Amino acid sequence: MSVLVDNNSRVICQGMTGDQGTFHTEQAIEYGTKMVGGVTPGKGGTTHLGLPVFNTVKNAVDDTGANASVIYVPAAFCKDSIIEAAEAGVPLIVCITEGIPTLDMLEAKIAVQQNGVRLVGPNCPGVITPGECKIGIMPGMIHTAGKVGIVSRSGTLTYECVKQTSDLGYGQTTCIGIGGDPIPGTSFIDALGLFQDDPATEAILMVGEIGGTAEEEAAEFIKSDVSKPVAAYIAGVTAPPGKRMGHAGAIIAGGKGTADDKFAALEAAGATITRSPAQLGQAVKQATGW
Amino acid sequence: MNLHEYQAKALFKSYGMPVPESIVATTADDVVDAMGKLSTSTVVVKAQVHAGGRGKAGGVKLVDNADEARDYAAGMLGTNLVTYQTDANGQPINFMLVEETCDIAEELYLGAVIDRASQRVVIMASTEGGVDIEKVAHETPEKILKATLNPMVGLMPYQARELAFGLGFNKEQMKQFGKLLGGLCKLFVEKDLALVEINPLVITGGGDLLCLDGKINIDGNALYRHSDLTELRDKSQEDERELRASEWDLNYVALEGNIGCMVNGAGLAMATMDIIKLSGGQPANFLDVGGGATKERVEEALKIILSDPDVKAILVNIFGGIVRCDLIADGIIGAVADVGIEVPVVVRLEGTKAKEGIELLDKSGLNLISASDLGDAANKAVAAVGDAS
Repeated sequence: MSVLVDNNSRVICQGMTGDQGTFHTEQAIEYGTKMVGGVTPGKGGTTHLGLPVFNTVKNAVDDTGANASVIYVPAAFCKDSIIEAAEAGVPLIVCITEGIPTLDMLEAKIAVQQNGVRLVGPNCPGVITPGECKIGIMPGMIHTAGKVGIVSRSGTLTYECVKQTSDLGYGQTTCIGIGGDPIPGTSFIDALGLFQDDPATEAILMVGEIGGTAEEEAAEFIKSDVSKPVAAYIAGVTAPPGKRMGHAGAIIAGGKGTADDKFAALEAAGATITRSPAQLGQAVKQATGW
Repeated sequence: MNLHEYQAKALFKSYGMPVPESIVATTADDVVDAMGKLSTSTVVVKAQVHAGGRGKAGGVKLVDNADEARDYAAGMLGTNLVTYQTDANGQPINFMLVEETCDIAEELYLGAVIDRASQRVVIMASTEGGVDIEKVAHETPEKILKATLNPMVGLMPYQARELAFGLGFNKEQMKQFGKLLGGLCKLFVEKDLALVEINPLVITGGGDLLCLDGKINIDGNALYRHSDLTELRDKSQEDERELRASEWDLNYVALEGNIGCMVNGAGLAMATMDIIKLSGGQPANFLDVGGGATKERVEEALKIILSDPDVKAILVNIFGGIVRCDLIADGIIGAVADVGIEVPVVVRLEGTKAKEGIELLDKSGLNLISASDLGDAANKAVAAVGDAS
């Protein structure tokens, strides 16, 4: 078992014929992901990497039975791409692109909600269920199938979680990169709920960072709705207030969004916290008693 | 991207929001000329810098004669203004705003922001204007009135009425407020703002509303569709190293420690700073080289880190995903050789082709210290600084 993606995921790529789309579609195919087609307006009817290319998402879904889409189109066109996928009824949309205007995301998210589909990202590494399906830009080979569900706002810190839980022999059920933007399609709460309901996930490792209050909201949810052990780390204890730390969403504004507040909320909620990014795996060990 | 007050007010004006008459000046003589063109005998001269707290720092002055205006402007222009929001060096003053004065009966606050929790544009208004609004929000949150915009329809008249009643406006002021708020919301959405603040929004002696100050922050990700706003960027207000980094698409933030950091990924870059602190050291910067860490960008990143004279050691932390560590190692070796780095460099490579990368570093003959994991890397960097001092 796993969440969001598995052996049955049939994936199309919006922007497949571009550089990023081409490279990562090749990597996904190599990993064993069932890539079933791509969408590039104007290139419908052609093939790319041995896969059919369609003019619209609707055509692609009708023809391939795709149930997931990954988006690599440039930021300026992502609102359109996300809404196109949502209105074509694609149940899982993963947007990798960084740099989408916040007001675009605000509107795209409404279309996602109205159509009852799920968006992961943007500005994220994607979603992977080891050995089954990789949607995104993460390096496949560091992952091992196992029992820890990982959710993180940061890409490379997700890899750190993966390595440390792999080194301890725990492995991962699914890793969800929810992305570093202020308006993410999937929240910590969404991901925690998915892992709580997944029988194969025995523990959850969540990695937050400064900015916003998503971790505080997650802490409330952990207290009320999560019975599985949760280990947590927050990046940015040393980040100065008012400065954007790389990610659009990583900023302490008006005294809100500090790492200390988030650590305190998670600790109060019963999560096992670690203040060291070198101890992510150890925190899972401590939380579970493995 | 931040705007100056004078730029914000020009935008306010173009959206039908009431602002005092004003003229921007770049020399003391221009300040005096501007004074002659305005209709009030007393004017306010305001230093234009990207920081709040200007008044208390001496950057705002009421003047009523030409000599005083000239002396004040001459003393300010070309210097740096240090406020509680700036660092110790302050921000350079290149422009002064010369503005008509008015009688102030009341000072209010009006602002709008993208609220991350509700994922909507939220308007905030308060009768407690002219003071630090964050303090008001913290101590007396009931004094902040809010209205959430429905993105499908934007501001509704009832929302403007609700706020206006809450602020205690009379009939004429309600009419003015409706127009002002309509302009503000239109401006916010059309120009992709991240934040706008009018603090204070005043009621004049004559009972009219007037935007006495203006702060605007624009969503940097949306600048590609606002060439008019891109032109308003004032690079003199930005940190020199941060500016240079941005020209190379590198994310750099200067800190006050002595261990320079070069990392791929924003989260890992923050985590690297944190573990340096946890290991007893002080990070000198945040630096995310991103996924496309080519030799050129690695080289530039190292140069930027080294342009900070406090840096006594460098910690390179790369988790190679799609990027191959052996290529990164090549980049580091080339860069270290070209740049001529004299401080110790601790390198931790993990992920794709990490072993090959580490072998390359070991064979390079350069003063590179390889580390096995994040904790080891931080300890070695802290130890290296200790040895150096």
